[in-house]
Amino acid sequence: MSAAAERRRARTAWLFLAPMLLALALVAAWPLARTTWLGFTDATLFAPGAQRFVGLANYRLLFADPDWWRAVANTLVFATVSVALETVLGLLVALLLDAKLRGRGVLRAAMLVPWAIPTVVSAQLWAWMLHDQHGVVNAMLVALGVIAEPRAWLAEPWAAMAWIVAVDVWKSTPFMALLSLAALQLVPRAVMEAARIDGLGPVGIFFRITLPLIRPALLVAILFRLLDALRVFDLMYVLAGSGPATASMSVHARQLLVDFGEVGEGSAAATALVLVVVACATLVAWLGRLRLGGAGR
Amino acid sequence: MRHLGLWLLLAVLLGWTLFPFWWAIATSLKAGPALFDTALLPRAPTGANYAALFREGRFGRSILNSALVAGAVAALSLALSASAAYALGRIAFRGRGLLLATILGVSMFPQVAVLSGMFELIRALGLYNTLAGVALSYLIFTLPFTTWILTTFMRELPRELEEAAVMDGASPFVTVTRIFLPLLAPAMATTGLLAFIAAWNEFLFALTFTLTDGMRTVPVAIALISGASAFELPWGRIMAASVVVTLPLVLLVLAFQRRIVAGLTAGAVKG
Repeated sequence: MSAAAERRRARTAWLFLAPMLLALALVAAWPLARTTWLGFTDATLFAPGAQRFVGLANYRLLFADPDWWRAVANTLVFATVSVALETVLGLLVALLLDAKLRGRGVLRAAMLVPWAIPTVVSAQLWAWMLHDQHGVVNAMLVALGVIAEPRAWLAEPWAAMAWIVAVDVWKSTPFMALLSLAALQLVPRAVMEAARIDGLGPVGIFFRITLPLIRPALLVAILFRLLDALRVFDLMYVLAGSGPATASMSVHARQLLVDFGEVGEGSAAATALVLVVVACATLVAWLGRLRLGGAGR
Repeated sequence: MRHLGLWLLLAVLLGWTLFPFWWAIATSLKAGPALFDTALLPRAPTGANYAALFREGRFGRSILNSALVAGAVAALSLALSASAAYALGRIAFRGRGLLLATILGVSMFPQVAVLSGMFELIRALGLYNTLAGVALSYLIFTLPFTTWILTTFMRELPRELEEAAVMDGASPFVTVTRIFLPLLAPAMATTGLLAFIAAWNEFLFALTFTLTDGMRTVPVAIALISGASAFELPWGRIMAASVVVTLPLVLLVLAFQRRIVAGLTAGAVKG
């Protein structure tokens, strides 16, 4: 292609990109820039438009707030535990679905259902099942003799967090399973067959052949899930309100912004959340590459 | 013997996955004191909760709101991203890699990070407490995602098609609308469906950018259903509402199962 033709192609590309880029500039870049800026001002919901630059005052306020640090800890615990469980369970389910077994189509369809429904709905389903007086979970556990009397699961800090993780695992394991399954199906059967003939057992095949081969795809899936888990809002908000025992960073930032009207400090909290997310994503990508490098010698 | 174990595992998984839905359906068909027993099958099924849900008219309005918002968002995202996907998937230009990485980054962004800026924007445009305002804000998460998926699909179309079109003197616009889009129809349907589901399920923006009952979308309505007093939540009605919004999604998912899986994995694994 001549240089002129290439230039024309590039101009066409930007022309076709323009509408989407303009839309993203309006709904993503601009609000993000404004939020970051508002984090350095004393803006409130009560006097919109009248705001002064206050430097790092909001960040000082935020970092002196134990509820903020509690929210950071809650978010990190929630994200790490739920993503770890979802990865392991998702991989197990994917292996099960990969086996030639009748009825796996039904299971695959059934698994898409928790993924497809609104998080708010799944939170309400579980809130009702976990109801302190009339919940079916309490009834079952009492009948099985696990607990002596019904408990108010969502009112106890640790139990509430454990159940929030459980609900997320229920909802998001299908996503991990489907991505793992897609990766599994790309592993050439011949490689596994050769390993089996060489006398490697199923467990050996999984750890020595399958896992290293699907690791890059699995890592991408983990990264996606992790970024999704770090911004969690709906589950905590519906299951346990904005209480500090379970509040995530998103819940805490929204509470500051909307419920307390502290737009300045709330925007600072939102910006801090972005920094935490970027740090976590970088860490995972870095750890992943390190291990990958190790596996490839 | 080995198969028996697998079957047992399958049954446990199915039970764990589906029990909450079964329980929601069972609860939604109970009324009065029966609501508080834990019978797995309602002894005297009643449609009272469903009747109550729709009698007030607000929930029907919420469903309509959600359908309008999700439909508009899906259509607009598809139109904008199909055009962008052509450039990203078919033309090698400088800055393409960086642009793709940025788009992926935006799709992973925490929504709270733009909340105050978006609130300001929506108020400045006079769209606070309107469906248009909610729909506009949704573009931040649907656009990057539809662009990303359509780009991967666009990339897989054979090169010869485009070359033949150029030979025949077709402009890029004609090539896209007459050749690529018809071929991409199934991919567009899947991508649109995923965008629709994402918009239908969204909660944080809808909760923050609407104020009155008439503008509520379904997730907000379900989260905020309240009874006569704060201490007496109408669980029968909440479960009925949950069943009503879950059923269409279940049907959609069952009908498009293969396509959805293909779309999800195209966006993640091959990327």
